[in-house]
Amino acid sequence: MARVTPIDTAYFKGERAGDFAVIGSAVPRSDARGHVTGRTVFFEDMTLPEMTHVKIHRSTRHHALIDRVDVSGALEVPGVLRVITHEDVPNNWYTVLRLIGVGPDDEPVLAEDRVLYRGEPIVAVVAETEEAAREGAARVAVGYTDLPAVLDVEEALADGAPIIKQAGTNHFVYEGHHCRRIRFGDVERGFAEADRIIEGRYSSSPIEHAPTEPTGCIVVPQGDGRLRIHTNTQAAFFTLDNTALILGVPPTSLRVVGGTVGGGFGGKVDVIVEPLACLAAMLTGRPAKYVFSRAEEMQVSSPRAAERISIKDGVMDDGRIVARKITLYVDAGAYSRHSPYGTTKAAAHMPGPYTIPNVHVDAYCVYTNRTPSSAMRGFGVTIGDFALESHMDHVARELNMDPLRLRLKNAYRDGDMKAHRKIASGTALVEVIQSAADLVGHDLPPEYRAMSSTERSEG
Amino acid sequence: MALRHGRGYAAVNYPTGMNLGGDPSQALVHATTMGGFVVTLSSVDLGQGLRTVVAQCAAETLGIPLENVIVDTADTDTGPHCMGTFASRGTHRVGNAVIVAAREARDVMLQVAADELEVDAEDLETDGTGFVRLKGSSEKKIHISEVALAAHFRQGRTISGRGIFLKEPSTPVPETGEMDPDSCQAHACTVAEVAVDDETGVVEVLRLYNAYEIGRALNPALATQQVEGGAWMGLSHALFESTEPYYPHSREHGPVDFTEYLMPGPADIPAQTSVFLERPAGNGPFGAKGIGEMTANAPIPAIANAVYDAVGVRLTSMPFTPEKVLRGLDELRAGRAG
Repeated sequence: MARVTPIDTAYFKGERAGDFAVIGSAVPRSDARGHVTGRTVFFEDMTLPEMTHVKIHRSTRHHALIDRVDVSGALEVPGVLRVITHEDVPNNWYTVLRLIGVGPDDEPVLAEDRVLYRGEPIVAVVAETEEAAREGAARVAVGYTDLPAVLDVEEALADGAPIIKQAGTNHFVYEGHHCRRIRFGDVERGFAEADRIIEGRYSSSPIEHAPTEPTGCIVVPQGDGRLRIHTNTQAAFFTLDNTALILGVPPTSLRVVGGTVGGGFGGKVDVIVEPLACLAAMLTGRPAKYVFSRAEEMQVSSPRAAERISIKDGVMDDGRIVARKITLYVDAGAYSRHSPYGTTKAAAHMPGPYTIPNVHVDAYCVYTNRTPSSAMRGFGVTIGDFALESHMDHVARELNMDPLRLRLKNAYRDGDMKAHRKIASGTALVEVIQSAADLVGHDLPPEYRAMSSTERSEG
Repeated sequence: MALRHGRGYAAVNYPTGMNLGGDPSQALVHATTMGGFVVTLSSVDLGQGLRTVVAQCAAETLGIPLENVIVDTADTDTGPHCMGTFASRGTHRVGNAVIVAAREARDVMLQVAADELEVDAEDLETDGTGFVRLKGSSEKKIHISEVALAAHFRQGRTISGRGIFLKEPSTPVPETGEMDPDSCQAHACTVAEVAVDDETGVVEVLRLYNAYEIGRALNPALATQQVEGGAWMGLSHALFESTEPYYPHSREHGPVDFTEYLMPGPADIPAQTSVFLERPAGNGPFGAKGIGEMTANAPIPAIANAVYDAVGVRLTSMPFTPEKVLRGLDELRAGRAG
């Protein structure tokens, strides 16, 4: 029997009403039996006659011009069927959000005249066996002229930094601005009125999704000329539409079959393996499989972005936070992928679940010569929450105040205006804090116990 | 040298769904000859139980047993569009789309039943066991398998429905950042209790306490698995993980397998005690909010704050490796000595 967390029905009693038959039941997960009995079929469980395998020759440089690419060594390897370079890719742009108008196109499917990160794909090798494909990829020879690399987000934005992006800036441009901005109230006036200024700086390193099952797909040419793509993508139509754009084929010529995923966590939202596997299948007329090795999954597929976050608070002696200024840098790595959106999401999340009258946020999506980062569980928010909630503890310590009371005093409530100018509704921060205090026997005085998200009665 | 104990707190909210160029998902529902109901989607179940939860949404709306519902998904030839499984959107978007589709199918089902029973459709109800009956009556009723057969072979009707949920696009105002980025917010407060070895710098998370407000627990067992599994990921982020251990100074020494990329094993998992609060969201399926992602978030600062409580070291850089704890302790000792 599954462990079931109890529901505390004392909170929001009037709003919870409802008479349900199936909703609210601890129905067993439909895939659980298959997983524990080994009957679940993952895409890689398929064995097909004449299957080919795709492996990639990748950049060994952080930032360089490509002088020459020699594939002759690869073609001499027994079992290698052919190589794929950027010239074979009909539309050599991988820009995952162009379906909804987000640009500019900035990432080639296979590198053309330059590489922007170590591990960037340059040549795909298609072979009879995985071993031959790997050997072929190793035998591709690339000549480089190194360019200065930028590996630090603040150095990337400094005056005189080498510009690594052909768009002309080392940051994404938000409608003419260097960063996604939030401007609410007057943060400088708030600092001037505050009793104290409390600052902090928080940072993280890139993190891997670490799925049990690496990202991959098998593409099977069909009798009617279509391609059937068996994939562990998290987004079937995202994959189909982006693959069709890159291949320059009608979307009706592709079919995506998926839905069984050995761990996603945001790592299977980039459409990386399917376009090249489709090309391999089209060029050989045979099924093609492209799956990341564990090393590729860890070092070449998009990680969670490293972030660097500075917080400056104007605080009153009674614990009210009257101004918060945040500067946030997202290390997007070499290409955009989903990072321009994730940075906007990070800005919208600030200043956390608190009502602060003066807020100023500059959130930068910065390009460096690193593996492109992209979506991961809690995209734009996880590292921000680490910074915000570490800082709340820091402020409480500085004021010698109970950390839960500090949070309750500043918690957002229904009807409050958020910094991004949306009226808060359905809030419950006050109640989860009260409930957590109960779980650990943390005493709260009556006035804090009486607080509510639905009314703001305390002065 | 000793094990020193501490407790830390963190409180967070999290947006349900994304909003960039519009955020839609669709669903189709139809009845088979003998009264099975197929929910057709292109959505991906990542193992979190999306198929299970949307089957519950369909059964509840149709008023039929869960066993009568089949979920067919993740085939772009048959399933209508879904944006994808990310941004804590699956249960919210797909659940809503399924409810809309199931309502339309239910209306047809009741009309077919009404014609078979020679009553008004408005006077009918479902009993949840597989019968459509005259409200309050135990005798005037018809089983959904009979309804479906009648629709197929006598009345010539398709018992079916279409559903879509769309969060409409909202473009941020460039100057101010004014925007409508989400559909609702879920909430959590986590308390972490840790032991810090002040000789080795190793942090052990002993216990986690979680209070989550999630709108409605559509399936409290699956919600529990999200909370506990997410906390495990948060703990792992906090103490173990990075693809670049010397970020940003060096790109070298990146781990390439699980002997180098460390993650907590079973012995590192803390005891967890959790409680759910429900404040239904007006736009959520039966009030549910998305909690798929946020469950990894609160544990990280709660652990950092617990370390500070234990040894007075403010960890400002993830992950909190023993090296960083020891360097912090050294600084504290140097400060005291100075």
